[in-house]
Amino acid sequence: MVLFWRTLLAAPVAWRDRNKVFEQFFEIGNASLLMVCILSFFIGGVMALQTGPVLVERGLASAVGGVVGISICKELAPVMMSILIAGRIGSAMAAEIGSMRVYQEIDALRTMNINPIHYLVVPRITAISVALPLLVVFAILVGWLGGIFVCMANNRIEISFQGFVSGLQEVVQMKDVANGVFKSFVFAIIIGVVSCHQGLVTRGGPRGIGRSVTKAVVNSIVLIVIFDYVLTRILLT
Amino acid sequence: MNAPPANQKGVALTVRGLRKSFNGQEVLKGLDFDVRPGETFVIMGPSGSGKTVLLKHLIGLEEPDAGEILLEGQPIQSPEVLAKYRMAMVFQSGALLNSLTVGENVGLYLSEHRLKPPEEIARIVAQNLELVGLKGTEDKMPSDLSGGMKKRVAIARALVIEPQLILYDEPTSELDPLSAVVIGEEIVNLQERIHVTSLVVSHDRDLAFGVADRIAVINEGRILAIGKPEEVRNHKDPLIQQFLHANFNKEALKSGVHLKQ
Repeated sequence: MVLFWRTLLAAPVAWRDRNKVFEQFFEIGNASLLMVCILSFFIGGVMALQTGPVLVERGLASAVGGVVGISICKELAPVMMSILIAGRIGSAMAAEIGSMRVYQEIDALRTMNINPIHYLVVPRITAISVALPLLVVFAILVGWLGGIFVCMANNRIEISFQGFVSGLQEVVQMKDVANGVFKSFVFAIIIGVVSCHQGLVTRGGPRGIGRSVTKAVVNSIVLIVIFDYVLTRILLT
Repeated sequence: MNAPPANQKGVALTVRGLRKSFNGQEVLKGLDFDVRPGETFVIMGPSGSGKTVLLKHLIGLEEPDAGEILLEGQPIQSPEVLAKYRMAMVFQSGALLNSLTVGENVGLYLSEHRLKPPEEIARIVAQNLELVGLKGTEDKMPSDLSGGMKKRVAIARALVIEPQLILYDEPTSELDPLSAVVIGEEIVNLQERIHVTSLVVSHDRDLAFGVADRIAVINEGRILAIGKPEEVRNHKDPLIQQFLHANFNKEALKSGVHLKQ
């Protein structure tokens, strides 16, 4: 909480250091985009595969698009992408900052009167809190495509492209997409704060870095799941 | 931060009753000493004697349990002192930022505090790298450098700050004798050129007696002796004599006469 508050107070620094923010932003995008595509395509496909035959058997074929669409945009894309990013980017943040801590690079910054929170934490949290919601928008679209592909290809479902899309349009509204994107924004802040904090408190040598990375990923995932429930509860009311 | 006038002399450092414990174990047991402006003061002692902990207190990375550290008579932790005087530290490992090039490392202080335009920073970086004998290495990464080169880059990074007090943590550790001499010469040259106050923490006897105006010998968190190099060399304390004359002697080892005896 302290780190989150100090980062929030230092937020104006992000504009001054926008080059560092862009650098981090592109690093997150480059490292994750392909994984996001693969993961969300198959999540969409699995959702269609699991729900499609059941709904079709009960004469609810027109609901498949809506069920798959809303599950992906409100729940699966934000949560699964956040877990992916916690593993892919959160771990890298904790490892990088942790190794800087162990090898006295952070002490060196302090002796130069450079605030490590301004220099290391603010650009990372700013970048991830922009990048993750964008990745989630992307994941939602690719997930829907995965759903469409499976519905069209699987002979137990056999729903046309038009059928899937019209079902989706019936159920999914813009506010549902915004709901998922907002969740991912909160999850991004959780990943950034937890990972940077674990990096900054790293002690010991390579073993300490390993411990920080593990804690960063595990704590981020646990908090994502807890906050997912809390946010869902709030957003439903 | 205020820029000090060019060639401003070093500052006086005073340590009074400095104490520090970690997990109930007292590491610094009431240290008292003064470092005069423009002086090269060496603190030497065996590993684990509290030298690096002392240095971390001096640069503000650790808070003392008791005692005070004064820079020109004012507490070193006060924001006014930090704004008024410039300090730099050369870390034992160099502590270069591995994600930045040598040039970016050296110019980091100026670029982060936006003290100069980029072209001016590039000129200052080149100038300081040349001073430490590393001309043209701006675009190299720290991982491409040897241990000695890293330490010289760290010195160049410290020089860019135009410090009035510069702290060196084991500047010659892990270096071959030739590189150690180069680092020692850099410390002396720097002191002569900009009259900076230098505080060197080391267990390297050759370096200590080669660069020091005065030496303090520290052991188990206490100062055993302070004085000019000759005074320390002739000090009667058996621990100091043992530390100054410790040498590996294969013949003595074979005949069972060990250092501790």
